[in-house]
Amino acid sequence: MTHVLELRNLDTSFFTEGGELRALQGVSLTVGSGEILGLVGESGSGKSLTGFSINGLISPPGRVVGGEVLLHGENVLDLSREAMRRIRGQNIAMIFQDPMMTLNPVLRVETQMRDALAAHLSLSRAEARARSIAALDEVGIPSPEERLRAYPHQLSGGMRQRVAIAIALLHQPDLIIADEPTTALDVTIQGQILALVQRLCRERGTALIWITHDLAVVAGIADRIAVMYAGRLVEVGPVDDVLDNPAHPYTAGLMDSVPSRGRRGRRLNQIPGRMPALTSLPEGCAFRPRCSRATDACRAPQELHDIGPARKVRCIHPLTEATA
Amino acid sequence: MTEAPMLTVENVSKRFGSKGDFIARGLAAIGLAKPRPQVLAVDDVSFVLNRGEVLGVVGESGCGKSTLGRMIAGLLEPSEGTILVDGEARGARVAKRDEPGKAPRALDLQMIFQDPFSSLNPRKRVTDLIGEAPRVHRIVDRDGLERYVADLMERCGIDPAYRDRFAHQFSGGQRQRIGIARALAVKPEILVCDEAVSALDVSIQAQIINLFMDLRDEFGLTYVFISHDLGVVEHIADRILVMYLGRIVESGPAAEIFTDPQHPYSRALIEGVPRLDRRRVVYNPIEGDIPSPLDPPKGCHFHPRCPLAQDRCRVEAPKLRRIAPGRSAACHLVPETSTVAPPVAKESTEWPVTKTG
Repeated sequence: MTHVLELRNLDTSFFTEGGELRALQGVSLTVGSGEILGLVGESGSGKSLTGFSINGLISPPGRVVGGEVLLHGENVLDLSREAMRRIRGQNIAMIFQDPMMTLNPVLRVETQMRDALAAHLSLSRAEARARSIAALDEVGIPSPEERLRAYPHQLSGGMRQRVAIAIALLHQPDLIIADEPTTALDVTIQGQILALVQRLCRERGTALIWITHDLAVVAGIADRIAVMYAGRLVEVGPVDDVLDNPAHPYTAGLMDSVPSRGRRGRRLNQIPGRMPALTSLPEGCAFRPRCSRATDACRAPQELHDIGPARKVRCIHPLTEATA
Repeated sequence: MTEAPMLTVENVSKRFGSKGDFIARGLAAIGLAKPRPQVLAVDDVSFVLNRGEVLGVVGESGCGKSTLGRMIAGLLEPSEGTILVDGEARGARVAKRDEPGKAPRALDLQMIFQDPFSSLNPRKRVTDLIGEAPRVHRIVDRDGLERYVADLMERCGIDPAYRDRFAHQFSGGQRQRIGIARALAVKPEILVCDEAVSALDVSIQAQIINLFMDLRDEFGLTYVFISHDLGVVEHIADRILVMYLGRIVESGPAAEIFTDPQHPYSRALIEGVPRLDRRRVVYNPIEGDIPSPLDPPKGCHFHPRCPLAQDRCRVEAPKLRRIAPGRSAACHLVPETSTVAPPVAKESTEWPVTKTG
């Protein structure tokens, strides 16, 4: 089976005066065509950095120091700057949390969409306009001809995010990396964006990596889920398996922290403490100081190992035992 | 003698922007000047909150929930209506001189803000951040201050050894704890929490929610908990106000509203919330954007987005009326009696979220 994207032991580090900060350590993932992968973690877990590393957007003092990013089997880390530029936007598109940051505030929507098209194609003005209108129409923007004339500040937050998605879709990418695209939006608008992204992925077979801190959003749209903690993947698996029977104590703790129906008014099972800083990662399992199941054996380096079909966990005391 | 409700909010409205003076209005009337925009941020809101209760105020951007919270906390003056705390108007409470050793009663209301980065003075040490108000108001004397601050820090989960640090030396969750300790230092009765956990990571958010619940049990605090995060509100609140463009559209006990919302907006909001136990959802959200509060739709504010809207909804604003014991809703289509099912469109429109196999 071929994957649209495969990460093999991706390592990303930042080289600071205080020494090397290992921000990503051995991240291995796959995403197939039409698949939605939810990449979950809290601030500082490295989830956004994974997205940036795939796209070649890590800038000094940071650097991808090891591993492979295989897009249709080809390692994009080996590509020249120019070759990477041709892939970025055309084969891999990115959607960010804050559309005000991705859209240029002093250019009309039309100009920005034309620029995005011109980056990879040579089209006439009329052709570019027609494709822009089609893209805006597809993401559910009413009267797209008029919206082309608008500046980003004239649009609401939800509309801006739709424009950002329309731009990401212009070149029909194979892979979209969405970094918390609904976090800044209201609940009803979030629902609209989720519905849109879901439909587009299913219809076009686009692979999607949905980066978020919100497990509940992932539960709603993802096929598979990958949980990150302190720069490492701690658990990967199909969404039902992971959420019904979390194997890593951190996944379980994260789920218990989400207020959910049926536990109204009761104390939440909080995880004590907080995520360690990259400057002072504990040896062995990074979650060890916060974990109730930790033993001395957890001081040794932990490997991501299989515990079932398509399931992996980085823990020697998993909550769910390996199934045949 | 029956105890007065802890908080009474009566017909409170808040307008931002003025109509201008006589000349400005005259010029606007004959078309020589643009009429000044006015926003009715909160429109005729009333409710009563008893001691020890947690009121959740939910709604999306521009619904007036933060403005309401700021009026309750005394940071904004209502344009109309009155707010009574423990049966007294706030003006009277400020004027009152209290016996030394007891907090002036104006301090009964404290606010906890969303952003623990901008709500703490970056140039003050923790001990001053927490200790200044009780010292100034003579809640504690100079000798007891250190002990008092240390107790508060410990109670809120901050190591008292850090008392001489500055706010920037703490993480977001720790800063929010400092904000809570600062609010508690003046022995308030009511805490107004405006998106107090929204900026925090999930595992830290759970710690702060637990702290809020422990403090309620310990000090009998009353909360006004404002949030756009319905999951959090559902967890912590006893009663709920759902607001849309300045008006209350539904209110009632949290357990009932979350299991059986009656107003079409509440239903869309509650059913649109992603949940851990809902997998591979096919989202079918309500269409349209939230209208600008500068120019809200006529009649029912929600009618342009409401799948059930009728002609009446476009002209006549529905009144908030009682639909069951303890429950009210502002919708023409919600029946009067309690046990009737919510309004259903003729050709049974699917509601926002349906699960597929």
